[in-house]
Amino acid sequence: MIRALFAVILALVAVPLAAQDTMPPAPYAYNQLDDPRLEAEAAALMHTLRCLKCQSQSIADSDAPMAGDMRHQVRSRIQAGESPEAIRAWLIARYGDYVSYNPTVSASTWPLFAIPVLLILIVAAVLLRRLGKRRSDTEDAA
Amino acid sequence: MRSRLMLWVPLALFAFFVGVAGYMLTQQKNQFVESAMIGEPLPEFALKPAFPGLPGAARTDLTGGKPRLLNIWASWCLPCISEAPQLEALQAQGVEIVGIAIRDRPEDVANFLARYGNPYSRIGADDISEVQLAIGSSGVPETFVIDASGMIRYQHIGDIREDDVPLLLAELEKAK
Repeated sequence: MIRALFAVILALVAVPLAAQDTMPPAPYAYNQLDDPRLEAEAAALMHTLRCLKCQSQSIADSDAPMAGDMRHQVRSRIQAGESPEAIRAWLIARYGDYVSYNPTVSASTWPLFAIPVLLILIVAAVLLRRLGKRRSDTEDAA
Repeated sequence: MRSRLMLWVPLALFAFFVGVAGYMLTQQKNQFVESAMIGEPLPEFALKPAFPGLPGAARTDLTGGKPRLLNIWASWCLPCISEAPQLEALQAQGVEIVGIAIRDRPEDVANFLARYGNPYSRIGADDISEVQLAIGSSGVPETFVIDASGMIRYQHIGDIREDDVPLLLAELEKAK
C-alpha cells in the first residue's frame, strides 16, 4: 500500500520532467563569446529581452530551453557583426514590442514619458509660487 | 475651505489606483504572445529530417499550388498528444501538414508517430528553435496557415481541439 502510494507520488513528480526536452543546449546558450567586448554587448541586450516562456524574466535570467535558444540567436548574430538594436528590431518584428524590456516612445507609450515631465513642471511651479510668497511674507514682516 | 477639500485629493487618487488595480485583477490575462509575422512571407529555412521515415522541411516545401499547415510540435510536448487526432482529421480532409519538431530526438519522434499517428508529409528538425523564433512562435504546439505564395496567413496557438478543425479548414479556404 505504502509502496503504491510512493509510486503514485513519484509519478506525479515526474510529470513536469516529462514536459521538458532532453536535447543538449544550443552552442551559445551557456557559452560566452570569446571577445569580451562582443560578449558585453550581447549580455546587455539579453538583459533587456523578454523570455517568452517565463514572461517576467529576461532571457539572461532564464533557464528555459527556449531562452537558451534565444541567447544563442543573440550571441551568434552579435558574433556575425549585427548591431544589438538590429537584433532587437528582428525580434520585435516577430513578437511585437512585448519581447523588449527597453521601452520606446510610440503612439501608445508617449504618456509614460510625458506625464513625469509634466508632474515635475507642476511641482516646480507650485514650489516657486509658495517659496516666493513666503519670502515676500518675511520681507513684509521685516 | 478650498484647502480642506484639497487635503482629500491624495486619498482620492490612492483610492482610484486601488480601484484600477482591483479591476485589472478580475480581468482575464492573455498569456499567449501572438506572432507579429501574420501577413508576412515565411522566412527562408531548410531543416534536416527529424527522423529517417520522412523527408526534412524547407520553405520551398510550403509554397506552390495550395495552402498548407505548418505545425510546430515536439514529442516531449503533452498537448501535442491531444491534438494528434485533430491533425489526422485535417489530413483526412486533404490538408497537407508540414511538421517542425522542436529540440527533438529521431527515436522519440518515431516513437511518438508510431503511438499517436502520423499526419505529416514531412518533418524538419529544429534543434535550436531557429525556425520557431524566425516565424514568431513562442511555444508548442502552434499551427500556421501558409498560403501558396509562402505568406503566413493565420496562427493557431495551443493544441487544436475538435471545434478548431472547421475554423482551420475555413482559414485554409480563405488562404486559397
